[in-house]
Amino acid sequence: MNTTGRRALLRFLVCFVLVSLALTGAAFSQSGGELRFCLRSEPKTFDPLLVDDDSSLAIRYLTGGVLVRANRKTQDLEPELAESWKVSKDGKEITFKLRRGITFSDSSPFSSEDVAFTMQRLMDPALHSSTGDAFRSGSGAVSTKIIAPDLIAIIFPAPLAGLDRLFDQVAIMSAHSPKKEAAVLGPFLVAEYKAGSSVLLRRNPNYWKKDSQGRRLPYLDSIRLDIQSNREVEMLRFKRGELDLINVLDSDYFDRLAASSPGLAHDAGASLDSDFMWFNQVASAPIPEYKRAWFRSANFRRAISQAINREDLSRVVFNGHAQPAVGPVSPANKFWFNSRLKAEPYRPEAALKRLQADGFRMQNRALFDKVGNAVEFSIVTNAGSKPRERMAVMVQEDLGKIGIKVNVVTLDFPSLIERISQKFNYEAAMLGFRNVDLDPNGQMNIWLSSAENHAWNPQQKSPETAWEAEIDRLMRAQASTADPKKRKESFDRVQEIAAEQTPFIYLVNQNALSAVSSAVEGANPGILSPQTFWNAERLTVNASTRASR
Amino acid sequence: MQHERMSAARKLACVVVVAVCAVSLAANWLAPSGYAKQFREAASAPPSHQHLLGTDEVGRDRFARVLYGTRISLLLAPAAALVSTVLAALVGGLAGYLGGIWLRLARGFTDLFLSLPWLFLLITVRALLPLNVSPLASVLITFLILGLLGWAASARVLSTSADALRNSDFILQARASGLHGPRLFLVHVLPNLKPVLCAQFWISIPVFILSEANLGILGLGVAEPLPSWGSLLRELEGLISFREEPWRLVPLLLLIVVMTSFQMLLSNEEVTA
Repeated sequence: MNTTGRRALLRFLVCFVLVSLALTGAAFSQSGGELRFCLRSEPKTFDPLLVDDDSSLAIRYLTGGVLVRANRKTQDLEPELAESWKVSKDGKEITFKLRRGITFSDSSPFSSEDVAFTMQRLMDPALHSSTGDAFRSGSGAVSTKIIAPDLIAIIFPAPLAGLDRLFDQVAIMSAHSPKKEAAVLGPFLVAEYKAGSSVLLRRNPNYWKKDSQGRRLPYLDSIRLDIQSNREVEMLRFKRGELDLINVLDSDYFDRLAASSPGLAHDAGASLDSDFMWFNQVASAPIPEYKRAWFRSANFRRAISQAINREDLSRVVFNGHAQPAVGPVSPANKFWFNSRLKAEPYRPEAALKRLQADGFRMQNRALFDKVGNAVEFSIVTNAGSKPRERMAVMVQEDLGKIGIKVNVVTLDFPSLIERISQKFNYEAAMLGFRNVDLDPNGQMNIWLSSAENHAWNPQQKSPETAWEAEIDRLMRAQASTADPKKRKESFDRVQEIAAEQTPFIYLVNQNALSAVSSAVEGANPGILSPQTFWNAERLTVNASTRASR
Repeated sequence: MQHERMSAARKLACVVVVAVCAVSLAANWLAPSGYAKQFREAASAPPSHQHLLGTDEVGRDRFARVLYGTRISLLLAPAAALVSTVLAALVGGLAGYLGGIWLRLARGFTDLFLSLPWLFLLITVRALLPLNVSPLASVLITFLILGLLGWAASARVLSTSADALRNSDFILQARASGLHGPRLFLVHVLPNLKPVLCAQFWISIPVFILSEANLGILGLGVAEPLPSWGSLLRELEGLISFREEPWRLVPLLLLIVVMTSFQMLLSNEEVTA
């Protein structure tokens, strides 16, 4: 080979190597694109320990690194920053073994000091953290014991049931980073915030997780969160391809989308949310004594429950995207739901018999109590919620069939809250419960008779009925043991008492409805929040598919 | 020629108004199923032989609801407009006629009335009312509230017109002839305010119908299951495509047709007042 030939060969080899390197590099640094969706309100804080609103929660989920994470699909607890953990038998102490070699987004190292700092700050009463409130088990301070840089014990003054799950909400902060909450351990970091307009999250270059092929997560380059409260506009933008996800959809929007683009609308089944009604049983409430007697009768409440056609509510109001509710726990909550219970079937004849046993009688298609008062009451609900207004109208018709006259009153939300929680100037109310917590401890503020949210008769000095005393005992019992079996037994009984006494008449569990663009790859919408982006680190956006929409 | 055309238009308007009133009065015969019965197996159904305008979200016959709603709104919105116009005539007309300090006082009072935060006051009104009010009583209360609260803007207009009349030549001449006091007001001022009063009356009707729909948000509107044009118009919220469900626009079209007919029934002077 002459010199010219050697030079040509050398050029060819150099070019081949360069092209190969470029192609390999491209394969390894494949862009995951930008995911776009809407926050429905301005985030109130970027401090992960002060989060209390949905928008801030979404940002904390995407940016915060946690020790353990509840899998939004399986509902099982999975290790994250902690490799393993152990809860002591008395339920007062939890020990975490941390992963090593992890750094925050600003490259400061992660160790047990950061966990200790986070817990101390979280439990500081001056911070007023609602996340911290969940950890307050009794009087006394929460202490931390750093055993090694990768080993830490957290000690509580009293047993805390479901202790390990609570850490799903605690984003670890850096003890030493000058960037404070801007230094994160999650898959994304806040890169830009335009008040009233958008939040831009970028990939955290130091995120510790890799996929099964050794590729660094997250796949996405960035997430753009537009602040948009108008759901109509959100839907139009989604249809135009400007947005990739809608996390929570109403059934009306869902059906419209399903009709035009069936592949984009996702119904993940019954969610944890429930809609229900209840009667005012407060002794000092400004309602006639004879009505209070009706409302305090378990027979009357149960009869009303039997006279409501829940199947119709699910089918007509939610177009089939809801299930008749059974009780305080949705069947979607796999562990805590009492599977022995069934939704109250529609039986108006049985309801009438039950009422007749209490001395009520039908006369000219109207129901009267034993002293001759016509059975009539009002149901208050919040104005502007179309599904709830429709449910109230259907309940009005159902109860009309057993001679009960119902007046539906829609009120603005502040007036409604004032009536049901301060003045107690109402007869029956219809509202919903947005449940984000799988654990029954999240319902302590509803079931304890002394609780403010014990809607039918709040803040009792001592339980006014035997069944409320029994519920108090069972709720405290489940909260004071770490044994899941014993806890389940106690809370199963609470659900049974709730079904027998019917203080809440549970109506429906709405389905978790969402929309995901065909440009998003890897999405697997679930029922737990955040429904569509719970696996954001493994999502990618195909820009060419988006452009073709 | 123009007079003849106007006359024909007024005849047509008259026919429309009479026909709408007659049909709404015959609701019991034309829609025997009633406005409240829920055909749950056919919720949100399109028009059919059984349901001429389809059904609403809980399966109630929309045709029946339009007929009954027309009856309620056509009776009570004009009644509320009458109450507010009479109040406006008394406050604005009298103040304008009397002039001086009375006019300044009345204008100050109407300005104050217009600037009050009515949303919060209406919430207070709702708090004072009992929750167990029958649907019929709720209708009467709603339109009475509208009538009692809706006079201020009209009074402002009327006071200006009456003020202009007070200084006009024919009023001066009437005064010079010895006519004054209530007689001057009733015989000369009020008849000359009639076109303005009529215009204010007709303008108030659609405003009150729409206000009634908005009052529902505060728990003051027409209570379920009773229909009204306001509650029927609220159904249009969230309607994205008119092409998909054009029959849902019927209440809106009916409102436009009836209001236009009412306007055409006015004489030429009243329209241009």
